[in-house]
Amino acid sequence: MQEISLNILDIVQNSIRAEATLIEVIIEEAPSLDLFAFTVKDNGCGMDEEMVKRVTDPFVTTRTTRKVGLGISLLKSLAQQAGGDIKLESQVGVGTVIRADFSYGHIDRQPLGDISAVMVSLISMNPTIDFVYTHSFEKEQFQLDTRELRKVLGDEVSFSEISVATWIGEFITENLTEIYGGAK
Amino acid sequence: MKSIAELEAIKKKVLDNVNLRQEREEGVRVVVGMATCGIAAGARPVMTAFLEEANKRNLSNVVIEQTGCIGMCALEPIVEVYVPGKEKVTYVKMTAEKVAKIVSDHIVNGAPVVEYTVGAQK
Repeated sequence: MQEISLNILDIVQNSIRAEATLIEVIIEEAPSLDLFAFTVKDNGCGMDEEMVKRVTDPFVTTRTTRKVGLGISLLKSLAQQAGGDIKLESQVGVGTVIRADFSYGHIDRQPLGDISAVMVSLISMNPTIDFVYTHSFEKEQFQLDTRELRKVLGDEVSFSEISVATWIGEFITENLTEIYGGAK
Repeated sequence: MKSIAELEAIKKKVLDNVNLRQEREEGVRVVVGMATCGIAAGARPVMTAFLEEANKRNLSNVVIEQTGCIGMCALEPIVEVYVPGKEKVTYVKMTAEKVAKIVSDHIVNGAPVVEYTVGAQK
């Protein structure tokens, strides 16, 4: 994967499979602190301690369609290559928090990539799950909470509607331009 | 700057469409594989292309969904198209470029693009 945003898309799939109903995606960027981190927090089924220890092993997976599970092990090596690491906390019945840290200025840190497209994919393809997406750049911050959007849209209009998904994408892109200080 | 208030207008438009749709028929489902294999192979730009193409053509009866790994990782990105009353069509090794043809030939005009399907794979 060539973008950190694609890793976020991938990691969130774990939360979806864990049957989470609320998923938080937090992205923190601060070049002045050499900080680049993302956190995915869910209220899914969680994992026991044993599984938390084993989950970074690519030969561990709960799936049945194939014998390897690459997502978390891939993310771990990417973070470590870029002067960072991942941290995983989970509790059965409560949920899971995974945080990946990178050194912002590290030459091997991948670019964030198209995070707006990632959030649109997640929200529109999982219209019954709530997402809270918080993105900060230095002191600027933007947050999108699908529960707020749901209040406007009501029960009849789904996030999977093409026109709604398109609007969410444009809304995110505009707000990101804003927190980046006008730059794309 | 976009505001959440704009969503109100979109909601109204969608609801008008929904009413029309119920009188017509069930919609088309486009299912994109979104496991690690699919994402790494480029599923996200494919999904985005479907969204853009459907929006451009104002296709309000199309729903884009996701699924996990179906076990054919080497053929990802995989997209399944379900047209009501027809057999499912599975497209493999998808790219954003292939999307426009699938939308116009298959989803709009009902003729699957055979050369992109799993059956055309050697």
